[in-house]
Formats: sequence, structure tokens, C-alpha cells
Amino acid sequence: MNEKREIYLDNSATTRCFPQVAALMNEIYLEDYGNPSSMHHKGVTAERRVAEAKKILAGILKVREKNLYFTSCGTESDNLAIIGGALAAQRRGKHLITTVIEHPAVQEAMKHLESMGFEITRLGVDRDGIVSPEAVAAAVRPDTILVSVMHTNNEIGSVQPIAEIGAAVKAANPGTLFHVDAVQGFGKSLILPKRMHIDLLAASGHKIHGPKGMGFLYVADGVRLEPILFGGGQQGGMRSGTENVPGIAGMALAAQILCKNLDEDREKLFAMKNRLIERLGEIPDLAFNGRTDETAAPHILSVRIKGVRAEVLLHALEDKGIYVSSGSACASNRPHLSETLAAIGTPASEMDNSIRISLSVMNTMEEMDRAADAVIEIVPFLRKFVRR
Amino acid sequence: MNKYDAFLIKYAEIGIKGKNRHVFEEALVRQIRIALRPCEGQFNVIRTYGRIFVEARSDFDFDEATEALSHVFGIWGICPVAVHDLMPLEELSKTAAAFMREEYPDGEHSFKVRTRRMNKEYPQDSLEINAELGHAVLEACPNLSVDVHTPEITLCVEIREKLYIYSQVIPGPGGLPVGVGGKCMLLLSGGIDSPVAGYMIAKRGVRIDAVYFNAPPYTSERALQKVVDLAREISVYTGPIRLHNINFTEIQLYIYEQCPHDELTIIMRRYMMRIAERLAKENDCLGLITGESIGQVASQTLAALAVTNEVCTLPVFRPLIGFDKEEIVRVSKKIGTYDTSILPYEDCCTIFVAKHPVTKPRAEVIRKHEHNLDEKIDEMVERAIANDDIINISSYSSRQ
Repeated sequence: MNEKREIYLDNSATTRCFPQVAALMNEIYLEDYGNPSSMHHKGVTAERRVAEAKKILAGILKVREKNLYFTSCGTESDNLAIIGGALAAQRRGKHLITTVIEHPAVQEAMKHLESMGFEITRLGVDRDGIVSPEAVAAAVRPDTILVSVMHTNNEIGSVQPIAEIGAAVKAANPGTLFHVDAVQGFGKSLILPKRMHIDLLAASGHKIHGPKGMGFLYVADGVRLEPILFGGGQQGGMRSGTENVPGIAGMALAAQILCKNLDEDREKLFAMKNRLIERLGEIPDLAFNGRTDETAAPHILSVRIKGVRAEVLLHALEDKGIYVSSGSACASNRPHLSETLAAIGTPASEMDNSIRISLSVMNTMEEMDRAADAVIEIVPFLRKFVRR
Repeated sequence: MNKYDAFLIKYAEIGIKGKNRHVFEEALVRQIRIALRPCEGQFNVIRTYGRIFVEARSDFDFDEATEALSHVFGIWGICPVAVHDLMPLEELSKTAAAFMREEYPDGEHSFKVRTRRMNKEYPQDSLEINAELGHAVLEACPNLSVDVHTPEITLCVEIREKLYIYSQVIPGPGGLPVGVGGKCMLLLSGGIDSPVAGYMIAKRGVRIDAVYFNAPPYTSERALQKVVDLAREISVYTGPIRLHNINFTEIQLYIYEQCPHDELTIIMRRYMMRIAERLAKENDCLGLITGESIGQVASQTLAALAVTNEVCTLPVFRPLIGFDKEEIVRVSKKIGTYDTSILPYEDCCTIFVAKHPVTKPRAEVIRKHEHNLDEKIDEMVERAIANDDIINISSYSSRQ
């Protein structure tokens, strides 16, 4: 802890690297720095590092190593799954389904496909930010080639009934691919692609105390994707480019550390989140976006405080060394309103009143109390100053 | 190697400054040296025969050097020069013809030759040389024709201890070299106008200090970074800037609590001017600079300007006063601040902007309402000035 005793509560933006992960990566950068494609000993050693990492991740997901591909980030994984999947399947149909609360990595990939002549159906959510499996099933058509639903929403932490949605998709059209953006869910919830009818699953390294610039994509047996990068034919030609060996090993180690104690960690995260809910709940005219029970993500809490501009609260907390995130930027010339908050029916007048507090296993209960104290102290002051 | 070995620096206004001429010329030489310091290569900057020569002592990057020179106020034109040892006229003709062929390989142009023979030991006189060179160029370049009255191109040849040949003039920014006109305090924000205002006053030879009013947590660290970036961008022209970062939050909140909401902006502006003037006087500045333009926003109507102006005794320079927004934008694009200015981070949270601000404030009414602040405002102003966070900015260093 530095002198200011910073409290980092923006773990859905990114996380602090586990020290063991940074140490492992450092070691690989300095010792096992070979190119896995090289014929010599250095190459073989590097290749072995990649194989070990794959084994770890495959074990966590209960899938086979050959079904995993490494990418540069969650965004690339989503793009490869959606664009690569749509291009490979376009002879069977040109219809895709997604939701209105997806991350831009999915939304923008869908828009790109739309501009290429694909048809996109975007499903709404209920007031808790949940997509209904029935609505998904009803939207699936004979020409639907891919359905993309996120596991955990990054803004309000709603967790989708992925297994039910997967079953509904397959019942409606066995040929339709089911893609899940699990960037916020992986390492926080138990995700088993085969039991959840998931064909494609995207995750990233830096949300789980691993390295930035790393992601992976699970691709089920028999699923065809068109590559979106072309080059040296690494990873079976699915994703050309020299493997980021330190990143791959670091991401796998981070996942291993997190998933080893998943149940315990979830309990700890929920306990911290519940403390915040309890303490902040005392503030009048305050509401939580999405559910507050244990069907929601254990690490994301979205708080809406009437009469307080989220960005101002963010900076006031920052002044006390507490880092959170706001749903929207305080900028009149660039209105950036959250689609998720709009989708769950947030009143227009309260669109910039939400802050997101996101936790990690590195946080402590004491930090929750200090953060709650700070919010409770600041809010009445900020409420005195409103635009008239 | 470059085909040029030197630059002849042309300056216009300095020529008419009478007895002070050497002061201006020395300042210009100094500014040219500073501008060239980060560039590749070594240069001698020489004041000679009433002109300034920048001679390369090593290989250099032509584009980099000309760009650096084009930011130096006081320079009217930059002429890339080829320097040769003295040679007989016959050889000089060939050299000049080859020079012109390379400079103007295509397109129809008219030209004339102008020779200055300072070295009277050269056997032929300038008229003979003009005629001989003109003839040689015509023969070598079929796309050129002679026009001695209104030529598009003038081939200049100067004969001294060496030969100097040039024909192009790259425009400089004009104005006067920074430093000859004293110093002013610029009220700098993250907007489009104030960086342009600072540029325009600096162009008249004035050094710049700047003050920024910051209001955390109502403004973000990125808003400050944006202002630092803007100051760095104009410092390419103005030279180093001391940026005074003043925390204005306490004053802003106090005004909000004590004064009528529709007068918030005008009263805030008055306190900004008062603080800026204090800083100006403490830092040897002879005036204030703002980016105001009549009628642009509610606080810039004539009535509002008068009410803001009355709190200062130093002159307030408003170089954009008669400019339309498009004209300001054009300059801001030209000097390279526009892209930074339009970044979204705001200097003033909308909480402090009334939906319907006064457009015709009356000084006596504003003064009366300012008395609501009597209890605490003086100590708040003192505190803001005492906590002045000074950021030294030059285009070649970075902070944050």
C-alpha cells in the first residue's frame, strides 16, 4: 500500500496483476524467450510453455486443449468468434441474434456484419438486465447462424442464464452457433462450455489479474471460423502471429490461481459487495442497478444516486484515493449514454447518476467500509450543488 | 547531403525599428538558435550585412529545420541557399542553371536574375552577371521565361567571400521575435479561443505566462492535462511558458451559494480576472490576455465584458475581439491546437452554468451581489494564490 492507501474498486476496467504472474512473465521474457515456431531448443521450451498454459485453461473449462486459441484481447476473441463464425457460415444463412446490453466488442462487430449485408436481431432485457431464454428461442430462425449473449454484464453485473439460453438456441436450431462473451464472467463464475451448449467463448487476461494484451477463444469441435488475421499460420492458421508466450503463460497462471478457490472467492466477493449494499443503502434516494442477490455477479455493484453527477463523485472519491468508474462521461459535446442503463429503464434525468464499483479478491472488507464512509460523507455535499 | 547548405532569413518589420534594430535582430538570432536546438545537425546563426544566415555545419534534416524556423516569430521568409566557393562567371552560369533546373523541373514560370556583388574583387559587375546567368538558365530550362518586371521567381545570387544562390521563399509566421515586447499573463482554458489569443499576442514579440482555473472534483485530471498539452503546443511558438494552475473550486462553490445563479459566470469571471491580475503583477507581466470575442457567449456581450473588465487595472488584451468563430478555428488549425481543443474534457462543470445567464449585467448590481461574498472571499483568493501549482512548460520537455 502506498502512503495514500489507495483503494482500487475499478476491477471491471482492469485488475492489478498477481505478483506471481508478473514474476512468471518476467522469467519467460528473460529466459524462455524463444519463438515457439523455432526448430531449436529455445523454440521447444517456449512451445512447452504454451502447451502447459493450454492444459491449465482446458482443465478449468473442462474442454480439450486443441479447442483453445490465444488472441491479443477479449475484443479480438469476440471479433474472431462473431465475424469469423458469420463468414464461415454465411452460406447457411445471414441472420444473427444478440442483445442490447453487449460490450462494444460484440455490438460493433455485429454492426460491421450488418454493413456487409447480414441481418441482426437485438433482444432487449428486463429491468434487472436479464435476457429471457424464451425470447432468444423465439428469435431463432432456420437461417440464424449465430447467437451472441454475454455472460456477465460489465456495467451492472447482471448474469445471464447462459445454460438455459444455450439449450433454447440448440432446441430451436441445432445448427446455430452460440457465442458467449465471458470477459467479465470468467474467473468469477463457474463456466463450463460443454454443459452450457456454448460453441464459442471469449475471455481476456487483464480482467483476471493476468496480463493486458491477452485473450483466448474457446472453439467447440466441428465449429468452423474464417480467420480474421493472416500470416505465418500459427495456431493452425486460425490466428496467425507469433504467440505471446509470456502473456499466454501469465494468463493461464492467473486463471489457475483464481479458479482454484472459486467458491471461496465468490463468497468473499459477495460478502464485500453485500457490505457495500447494506452501508450505501442507508443513503436516501439511492438505488442499485440490477439485482442485488447472489444471482448477480459477485464483483460488480452499480449504484444510482439521485442528484449526484457520477463523474463528480468519481473525482471526489479519487481525491480520497478511491477509484471507481462512472457510466457516462461528463461532457456536453460528447454525450455518451449507457445503452445498458437505458435498456433497464433508467430515467433520462438519472442517466449520469450511476457509478460502478467493481471488486476483486485483492480487496478487503475494511476497504469496503472506508469506501462506504467516503460515499456517505461526499454525497450530501455534492447534492447541495445542482444545476439551476 | 542536402542540395542546400544554409538558410537566408528574411525579416520585414525589424528593418523599420530604427535605433532599436540591433535589439530585435539579436532577439531573432536567439530565438532561431533555440528553435534549431532540438533539430538534427549543427548550425551557425550569423548576423551579417543586415541579414541573418543560418549555416549548416553538418548534415541536417531539411524538413525538420524549415519547420522549426517557420515557428519563429519575426521571420518573414526562409530562403534555402546553396553555398559555393567563388568561381569564374562561366562556371557560375552552369551552376546557376543546374540549380534552377533542379528547383523548377516542370511547369511554366517567369523569372529574373538579381545579383548582389558585395565582393568588389569579382571581375564582372552585377548587370553583366545578371545577363549571363539569365541566358544560361534560359538555355538549360525550356520551361522558364524571362520577365524582369513581375517575375514569379527571382534567382538571387550574392557574391561575397563565397557564392550564395537561392530562389525560394518559405513563408515564416511574421511578427516580432519573442522577448522584445515584455510579458503578459494569458487566461488559458481548454477551449479553442484562448490558445489562439496567446499565439497572437506572442506573435508581437511578447513572452507568455498562463493561468488555468481548475475545479476538482468538478473537472478531471484530463482537463488539466489538456491545458498542459495546449500550452506545450503554443510554446512551440512562444517559447517556455510558466503555467499557473489555480484551484478554483472553493471560490466557485462559495459564489454558487451566495450569489444569484444567473450571475454565476460573470462573478466567476471577475474573480478569475482578479486572480490573474495578481499573478500577472507578481510575475512582471504588463497585461492580461483573454480569448474573448464580442457576443460569442453570454459572458462576452459588450455589457458583460465591461463588467469583467472593471476589476482590472492592467490592460486586458483581447486579440480575438472582432473574430468570428470560423476565423478563430482557422488559426487554431493552422497553429496546431485545434485537435487538442476539441477533446471532450471540460473546464467548467455544467452545474455552474446557469440555464439562463444574464446577458446585460449591470456593474452596480453585480458589485452589490459580490458583497454577499465579503465574509470569506478574500481569504479564499489568498489561499488559491498561495496554492498556485506552477507547471513549467516548454515544447521540448514533458510533464505528467
